Amino acid sequence: MADKTFTDQTFEDEVIKNEQPVLVDFWAPWCAPCRIVSPIIEELAKEYEGKLKVGKLNVDENPNSASRFGIMSIPSILIFKNGEPVKTMIGAQSRENFKKGIDEILAS
Amino acid sequence: MDSKIYDVIIIGSGPAGLTAAIYTTRANLKTLVVAGGKWGGQLMLTTAVDNYPGFPDGIQGPDLMTAMRKQAERFGTEFIDEDFETGDFSPSAGSGQAQKPFRVKAAGKDYLGKSIIIATGADTKWLDVSGEKEKIGKGVSSCAPCDAFFFKNKKTIVVGGGDSAMEEAIVLANFADSVTVIYRGETLRASQIMQDKARKNPKIKFIFNTIVTKILGEEKVTGVEIKNNKTNEASKMDIDGVFVAIGHIPNTKIFKNIELDEKGYVKVHDYTRTNIDGVFVAGDVHDSHYRQAVTAAGFGCAAALEAERWLRDQE
Repeated sequence: MADKTFTDQTFEDEVIKNEQPVLVDFWAPWCAPCRIVSPIIEELAKEYEGKLKVGKLNVDENPNSASRFGIMSIPSILIFKNGEPVKTMIGAQSRENFKKGIDEILAS
Repeated sequence: MDSKIYDVIIIGSGPAGLTAAIYTTRANLKTLVVAGGKWGGQLMLTTAVDNYPGFPDGIQGPDLMTAMRKQAERFGTEFIDEDFETGDFSPSAGSGQAQKPFRVKAAGKDYLGKSIIIATGADTKWLDVSGEKEKIGKGVSSCAPCDAFFFKNKKTIVVGGGDSAMEEAIVLANFADSVTVIYRGETLRASQIMQDKARKNPKIKFIFNTIVTKILGEEKVTGVEIKNNKTNEASKMDIDGVFVAIGHIPNTKIFKNIELDEKGYVKVHDYTRTNIDGVFVAGDVHDSHYRQAVTAAGFGCAAALEAERWLRDQE
């Protein structure tokens, strides 16, 4: 599902312990570049359905997860594999770029 | 390849590109905007815009850009939110004319246009010092409205002395413990109203005649080395965040065959024309002088009117 939401409470179960790779979009409502990225991520969620779990985390409401992974700039897109962040993409970028990052992780 | 041929392809989606799109679509020209992965341009990285006419109470930069885009869409502008890759604007052999139609590539796909408006604007100029590049997003930033939140109760610096440096400092001061503006010049370049706003803020301090020579820290920023450019005295500051606002560089590297001036901006001939017939230019990508949202919008309008006239003359 495209509009999955992670929180500090669910992060461990939903992301860290998840078997499939998980993409997390760290965002906040006051961040304009995040509003550009979100629709792209939602599209990618559909495109990679079954291969990659995709969801958002609001850094305003979930400061623990954000600080745990050293988020200091949003949007930050992190891909987790076996509980580890294996790919970080910071800032608004093109759909192609995001796809490249995802494909790289899925192929590894 | 998309076999459709557009009358105008606009590369860029800041005030120049979107204003051009509003004008060309209203003139019934089939228009495509190659908007880029991060569309909207520099105003997407700002907060309140108080000098764009028509908004007596100011408007948020991202809201202004969203409104401009909606206005362009209302008249039928098509958008692709992908980065421009290459464009074939080369003059074909012998004639000195470019091959028509022009070919623009974005996200691996080709688009054809009878005319082109280049409105790619300018991007953040970084300090280009050791320790900077790898810490962008790890304490180095060019967008206080995006990242200030992560510097709650922390110590930060802003590098630069213009209006955007003042804005960064003021936004940061809402979160950070301290904000020190470091500027290489003797006095600020910013407009009086922005200077006053920054100087009134008790959290904002200023250091003049000083440059940042190195950004320190492994995983994230822990400090900077600075040097006074009058006395050559070097010192270290322990800080958590570096916000860079020393200006912009025009996005012209991606274009081949387009003539640039000595500063790297697109060279303008005859109001809004480039050296290639049928390729026009608007906004910060050619304007190193005014660099305002409203002047960029004005240039966008001018380029659209010229493109329209030029297309009519081709028939």
